Amino acid sequence: MTEPLLHVRDLKTYFVTEHGGGTARAVDGVSFDVYPGETLGLVGESGCGKTVTSLSILRLIPEPPGHIRPGSFIEFEGRNLLTLAPKELRAIRGNRIAMIFQEPMTSLNPVFTVGDQIAEAAIVHQRLSRRAARARAVEMLTLVGIPDPQERVDHYPHQMSGGMRQRVMIAMALICRPQLLIADEPTTALDVTIQAQILELLDRLQRELGMAVMLITHDLGVVAGSADRVVVMYAGQVVEQAPTRELFARPLHPYTEGLLASVPRLDTRVSQVRGRLHSIPGQVPAATAWPAGCRFHPRCPYAWDRCATEEPPPLDTPGSEPGTHTVRCWLLTEPQRRERRA
Amino acid sequence: MTVWTWLALAGAVALALVAAAEARRYAAARAAGRRFLRHPTASLGVFILAFFVTLALAAPLVAPYDPTWQLDPVHLQNQPPSLRFLLGTDVYSRDVWSRLVYGARLSLGIGTIAMLVAVTVGAGVGAVAGYFSHWLDAVLMRGVDVGLAVPRIFVLLMAVALWERLPLGALVLLIGFTGWFVTSRLVRAEVLSLREREFVAAARAVGAGPTRVIFRHVLPNAAAPIIVSAALGIGNVILLEAGLSFLGIGVPSPLPSWGSMIHDGWQWIVAAPWTSGFPGLAIAFVVMALNAVGDGLRDALDPRKEGT
Repeated sequence: MTEPLLHVRDLKTYFVTEHGGGTARAVDGVSFDVYPGETLGLVGESGCGKTVTSLSILRLIPEPPGHIRPGSFIEFEGRNLLTLAPKELRAIRGNRIAMIFQEPMTSLNPVFTVGDQIAEAAIVHQRLSRRAARARAVEMLTLVGIPDPQERVDHYPHQMSGGMRQRVMIAMALICRPQLLIADEPTTALDVTIQAQILELLDRLQRELGMAVMLITHDLGVVAGSADRVVVMYAGQVVEQAPTRELFARPLHPYTEGLLASVPRLDTRVSQVRGRLHSIPGQVPAATAWPAGCRFHPRCPYAWDRCATEEPPPLDTPGSEPGTHTVRCWLLTEPQRRERRA
Repeated sequence: MTVWTWLALAGAVALALVAAAEARRYAAARAAGRRFLRHPTASLGVFILAFFVTLALAAPLVAPYDPTWQLDPVHLQNQPPSLRFLLGTDVYSRDVWSRLVYGARLSLGIGTIAMLVAVTVGAGVGAVAGYFSHWLDAVLMRGVDVGLAVPRIFVLLMAVALWERLPLGALVLLIGFTGWFVTSRLVRAEVLSLREREFVAAARAVGAGPTRVIFRHVLPNAAAPIIVSAALGIGNVILLEAGLSFLGIGVPSPLPSWGSMIHDGWQWIVAAPWTSGFPGLAIAFVVMALNAVGDGLRDALDPRKEGT
């Protein structure tokens, strides 16, 4: 396999909460790789650390209260992002790694035209003149499929719809042709038809520009449609990672299993699932007090005493190449327990 | 007064009316502008300001005499208002109207320049304190606390005592540099909330450095409180200058500022009330107008009132 573009090892991002709430271990030992040109889906429910992971990569965590623990390692194109000087880091942000935020309504500066904002990265990184940058902005608007780009470039964000603004955000992120695009819930705030358009757009741009995309979402449908590989996060950890097809065909972590069962399907008869949509019992625990042992065990239908005391490491699944499909679950060592339960 | 000065005065009034009407028309076309116009006194304030600014700019045309020229120290002392001397003459036989007009230049000029200094420093310090937070914030804000705790007039008196004859430029700078504390607090509060906004994170994600983020993304969004505090600040500075000049330590005689005019006339306040009265009225009108406009702007630029 080729060298990974982004290599994250044992990333720990903690937040010190005020008023004696303790330390929130929002991201607690996350490891994954992103390879050039691929789409990696990062899935999990709210509060599992997806966004903190992505912000940690660009070191956009507000410090304090947050800090990335020593021992964490984030390597991009052979350089450890965690030890870079602020200036070197800024040369990477928006240039080699770009980011799209969740809320297109609030992620654009209300007092500047969209053209100014799209051009910003080109002005910062490529030292383009204002004129040249404006021409690039028009080009980018055309690329992301906004009609009348010549006119739209001078519009203010409030003159645009949510879908259009998300296109503007994408144009803003891609103007310097980054190697890696981090898209944090890029479609969550949009309605379904616009969602599909934006995902299609991202897909097309990824092919045209040959960049890798890290797609963060809580929507398994989005992942199934666009990702090559999936990383499932729970309680600040990666609980399972696998190629998309394999994950959907053979989910091994009980949490992944539960997530997949919770998605309403068109091809299953209602009677087969006894009329009710599956849900995972309980709630995500607070990040200041993760459960001992396996963090999922209080909600896990298979849990036994070992799960409550010993934390499982990421285990390779039998029958797949080491490192391609890993699962943090003791069931892998005692598969007969799954059978018994079923 | 000659025909020409009357014509010029009429012209100034007409110009001020046109300016106020233009401002109204401009404002009526916008939601924020309509909130501004809902203040009954705001338009009047705009007119008064426009009038005095025109007077100040057109001073040589509207003033019939040189403001420092003693016309006839024997026969023309403390003359009451008349057609020849529109607002009378003072004890040194100088034309009060001419001095008032030239005084507008000084008083408004000092107010504007000192306010610009104060707002620039205040916005800069406030933005840096709010954006970087923690120790830098703590240091700067404790400095501001000290600045707010020391009476301003005391600092100015001390400066005057040290320098004996303070040049006008130094006085203006001093007023500016002692007047930014409140603005910096306002701006800091605004920046504290702005820096948590997503578009600031987005700007940082694009690779913008702290200077660029502060000056291009944060401060323009804090424009509203800055503008309002500037409008209210000019009035404060004019009052302060008047007070200093009244104490005899502000604008050096015989330069006409409104404060020094009151100073020149106060001993004859009973015999010749016009010598101190008219500059006093001018100060009152301008400061009230600035406050009315400031209040109007505060409501107009408050995003929480959007859509009403």
